[in-house]
Amino acid sequence: MRAVRRADLDPVIAIDATVTGLEKRSYWQRVYRRYGIAARGEQRWFLVAEMEGRVVGFLIGEVRDWEFGSPPCGWVFAIDVDPQVRQSGVASHLMAALSASLKRTGVRKLRTLLARDNTLILSFFRSQGMMAAPLIPLELDLQEVLPNGNGAGAAR
Amino acid sequence: MRLQVNTTLALYSVIEFASDPKRHIPAAEIAEKYDVSPHHLAKVLAELARAGIVESVRGVGGGYQFTANARRLTLMDVIQLFEDFAPPGAARHNPKSATPVDLALDAVLSEIDEIAKATFSSITLATMLQLIARQRGGGAG
Repeated sequence: MRAVRRADLDPVIAIDATVTGLEKRSYWQRVYRRYGIAARGEQRWFLVAEMEGRVVGFLIGEVRDWEFGSPPCGWVFAIDVDPQVRQSGVASHLMAALSASLKRTGVRKLRTLLARDNTLILSFFRSQGMMAAPLIPLELDLQEVLPNGNGAGAAR
Repeated sequence: MRLQVNTTLALYSVIEFASDPKRHIPAAEIAEKYDVSPHHLAKVLAELARAGIVESVRGVGGGYQFTANARRLTLMDVIQLFEDFAPPGAARHNPKSATPVDLALDAVLSEIDEIAKATFSSITLATMLQLIARQRGGGAG
């Protein structure tokens, strides 16, 4: 378990492409610039897991201050493991490393957000002891509410 | 989402078996522990056995034994053996005769059902056993 290096970007992109079916090189380059070379004290983590000298998983997280009205809180917003090494504890080790870093900063909570039909990753986070947070994600279908720019649901 | 008595009994039973997967647990022991009729419990256990979650072992020292993978089996896998779920977004009322109030309430209740299903689908038996251990430890972790 260690901090990401520029040379890790290719295997990170490959793992993501394997899992999601989409290669998003420019996205990952932006993520690397934001999280991979974050200055000390910025409370951002881009961690990779190595197995036999090969990058087999990664995790990205950060501390967000006063988001959704919460005191500073840790968020994990990306975690992926090469499907060939799943069930070997890689993701658990990544989560443990992030949790330890967050604890050192004094943060008391770690949160994440994901699609409710993503049962694989939901089950993983549950297995790590995560429970439902006191937040409810909401979305607005702009096409339905504002068909002509003045729908019934428009705020007045 | 309100679970039927059989569903709740199935969940308690599966947790009981999964918590001691090597032991053959007599149905009578579970019936006594949860104060239910052995006849009622037998139907639930038969359904769990048909689904391959437990296996019946006959004879002296017999009973039921957990045979599923606790890291794969979710609460939802057990629940849907005993509950009929409407497909996501399905209306409770006939859209032709339903009033706008019916349809609006359907939409809200469907939201709740979908969240409940996602929760049940995300919790494996292994995770449940961890939660129980935390409760026994007296802390929230």
